[in-house]
Amino acid sequence: MTLSDEDIVNQAARRRLNQLKSLEAESIYILREAAAEFTRPVMLYSIGKDSSVMLRLAQKAFFPGKIPFPLLHIDTGYKFPEMIAFRDSYTREIGANLIVHQNREALEQGANPFVLGTQKCCGLLKTKALLDALAEGGFDAAFGGARRDEEKSRAKERIYSFRDSLGQWDPKNQRPELWNIFNSRINKGESIRVFPLSNWTELDVWLYIHTEQIPIVPLYFARERSVVLRSGSIVLIHSEDELRRGERPQLLQCRMRSLGCVPCTGAIRSQADTVPQIIEEMFSFRRSERENRVIDHDEEGSMELKKREGYF
Amino acid sequence: MAPVAPSDRHDGLTSLLEHHLNKDLLRLTTAGSVDDGKSTLIGRLLHDSKAVYEDQLASVRSSRFNRSGGPIDFALLTDGLRAEREQGITIDVAYRYFETPLRKFIIADTPGHEQYTRNMATGASTADLAVILVDATRGLLSQTRRHGYIASLLGIPNVVAAINKMDLLEYQEDVFLNLQGEFLALARQLGIESVVCIPISALAGDNVVNRADRMPWYEGSTLLEHLETVPLRPDANDDAVRFPVQYVLRPDANFRGFAGQVAGGTIRPGSAVLALPSRQQSRVRSIVTYDGAEPEAFCPMSVTLTLEDEIDLSRGDILVSPENPPRISRNFEAMVVWFHSEPLVLGRSYLIKHNVRAARAKATNIRFRVNMQTLEQEPARELKMNDIASVEFEAANPLFFDPYTRNRATGSLILIDPLSNATVGAAMIETDLAAIAEPLTETAIGWAHWQMPVTLEDRQERHGHASALVLVQDRPRLSVYLERALFAQGFEVLHISAAAIPAGHLRSILKLSRSIGLIVVLSSESVRQQGIEWEAVAAEERFEFLFDLAKQDLPQDDGEAVAAVLSLVGPLRRSNE
Repeated sequence: MTLSDEDIVNQAARRRLNQLKSLEAESIYILREAAAEFTRPVMLYSIGKDSSVMLRLAQKAFFPGKIPFPLLHIDTGYKFPEMIAFRDSYTREIGANLIVHQNREALEQGANPFVLGTQKCCGLLKTKALLDALAEGGFDAAFGGARRDEEKSRAKERIYSFRDSLGQWDPKNQRPELWNIFNSRINKGESIRVFPLSNWTELDVWLYIHTEQIPIVPLYFARERSVVLRSGSIVLIHSEDELRRGERPQLLQCRMRSLGCVPCTGAIRSQADTVPQIIEEMFSFRRSERENRVIDHDEEGSMELKKREGYF
Repeated sequence: MAPVAPSDRHDGLTSLLEHHLNKDLLRLTTAGSVDDGKSTLIGRLLHDSKAVYEDQLASVRSSRFNRSGGPIDFALLTDGLRAEREQGITIDVAYRYFETPLRKFIIADTPGHEQYTRNMATGASTADLAVILVDATRGLLSQTRRHGYIASLLGIPNVVAAINKMDLLEYQEDVFLNLQGEFLALARQLGIESVVCIPISALAGDNVVNRADRMPWYEGSTLLEHLETVPLRPDANDDAVRFPVQYVLRPDANFRGFAGQVAGGTIRPGSAVLALPSRQQSRVRSIVTYDGAEPEAFCPMSVTLTLEDEIDLSRGDILVSPENPPRISRNFEAMVVWFHSEPLVLGRSYLIKHNVRAARAKATNIRFRVNMQTLEQEPARELKMNDIASVEFEAANPLFFDPYTRNRATGSLILIDPLSNATVGAAMIETDLAAIAEPLTETAIGWAHWQMPVTLEDRQERHGHASALVLVQDRPRLSVYLERALFAQGFEVLHISAAAIPAGHLRSILKLSRSIGLIVVLSSESVRQQGIEWEAVAAEERFEFLFDLAKQDLPQDDGEAVAAVLSLVGPLRRSNE
């Protein structure tokens, strides 16, 4: 029996990975490559859905070994309590080495987005805290779960994003990145941010959470929650002292589409309380994922400005 | 809408998920000259395929910058950096994502300015398809030739020429047909096989996603229809297994796994593999993943292999098919795209990263540079930014590679400046330049033989004699004559003067000499060497013969003594059988 051209083509077609498996293979390759080439890598763990996917990919990359680098959470002090609880139980469960870092000085001086504005608040509690933590740990590479589809300036980021000794990004002077060959050469004090999820979209992340049964923070699932409506955003209320004058909490079936800090992340009205329903809901979305993030909209190009300074 | 029963809803959801999981991925890149309207095209593709969210569109509508002349400047959807929005140009490669019911797409949007050609190479390196924009009002430019050439150089299998701005030329068929003819001629010249030309207007949205009523004479696919249906080349390059080792996993003493991404061929448990550079052979025991053992691994799967044997294998090494190994050479010839303002200089040492293997290499000769106006070859002494040239390299260590046209992964490398750490160039290997590649393409017989360690038996076979210790007391000159005489008779012989050897080292030197299979003529002084049981030493060091000349009653004349010894050593020789 001889194979016809058609058989060969069919056989070859069967042996193509579907797009999600291709992305998984690419991400595992990136994780292994950076873990092999850098002296002290660390994984930025933000507790969100993207971090959860990145963490699972790291488990896969080094199986049956353990993840050969620590996780770093930059805790602004304004994270949802459900996030912190999830962080502590999940990282314990998978045996990961977790480092938590806060800009205590700024927090003790009462840094908050209402007084400082979101730009300055993020600068102190996220960017500065991150740069300090990276310097303290002597980390020469940091994995981040950022995706290029999230925001316009992220669309221009390399998978290996070079940062100077001050942690700054120079978008006009990036290293060309060809094939899957990464240039890991840095001088002392410089570092590389590594983005294994660069080519994933929001839909890919949810499909992967579904097929891999990855645990995520319950805030992503819709249920009745105590909220107030504040300048167009649905703000979750955990205690009375979060209320402003004249505000009355109401119960609303809602969930978070992306997770950030309590004051700057709004909920969306939703009935989706399983991952497949969240995916189904995504197809009806006409607005972007980061739209409920106050920080990205302060000024045209605000994400780029923050990234130049060292933000993820 | 009628209410849906829960089970129906569940089934619908399951098939929706299945559908999305089974999509495949098309990576494409766009290229064109300044003002050809690339960003507008991509913005249009995203907008018309409903991949743009309302808030993103609103922020574009309210932007301070709108140069399009229409209500929406689609270019602003993709120009992500402040400088780009202000100057109305695209600075860097931007990656865009969208999907249709048929496929998921990753677009590398690359700028067309001359000084940013490196970005086109970047976008092209991973692309399955290139969309090259041609401004119908300006025709084919030198940039178009350059972009077509880079697409072919980087091995993009499919090229689409989008003949844009048809609206400005009243959608005339002649204009399109002329440009199509010119582009097809260029593609033939460049050896691009799969080429399609589509007349479009990105600004008006004609033939991008939706069919253009204003070009009824055009019966082909719209751009999106073409992207959704163009056949994709399977990932597997050919049957030759290529598995570069990225990371060695040793979680405990019982497990040693080699992690990497398959770069060629299909690997199954039991597959014979050859490790390079050690040249040791083994078989795959298992393909390990977090999700369980896999029956096979192919491109581009990331897996971990365990092997049947403990062989020498670490990061940067590669497992290959024993019957179909790559070229192994320090000298190779490659097509180079130079990225940096500092020119490529012959003789300078660069770092190269070839797959996951790092090495040093220097360019030894520029065979020719490609003139991007004429695509002809011309001589050059150095390479400037955006030059493309055929260059000969010499690496400090051997590389294991295939020609780029056969395997994109094992045929590509980047060049790094060791001082600035900048990525200064990219290279696609064409061929090796060294004769040593020849024996490696021989059959498995050669390989099987090379795995055998060299034994004492092998050495004795070559020497033609057994090892022996010849003791000469108090006659240093006789020792020297004996060495020469035995050497002249074809023996591998070494004269050692015990007095010259530091205390305590003699035994290890004897051990070494015996393991090489030598005849050792050891001269000693009776006063200082008294009490040594030479027979015991010879036996302990496993010399096959011992000749203690003190016990032989040799003639006093050195010449007669040498002749007497030569008459004794006959039994050392191996028979020829």
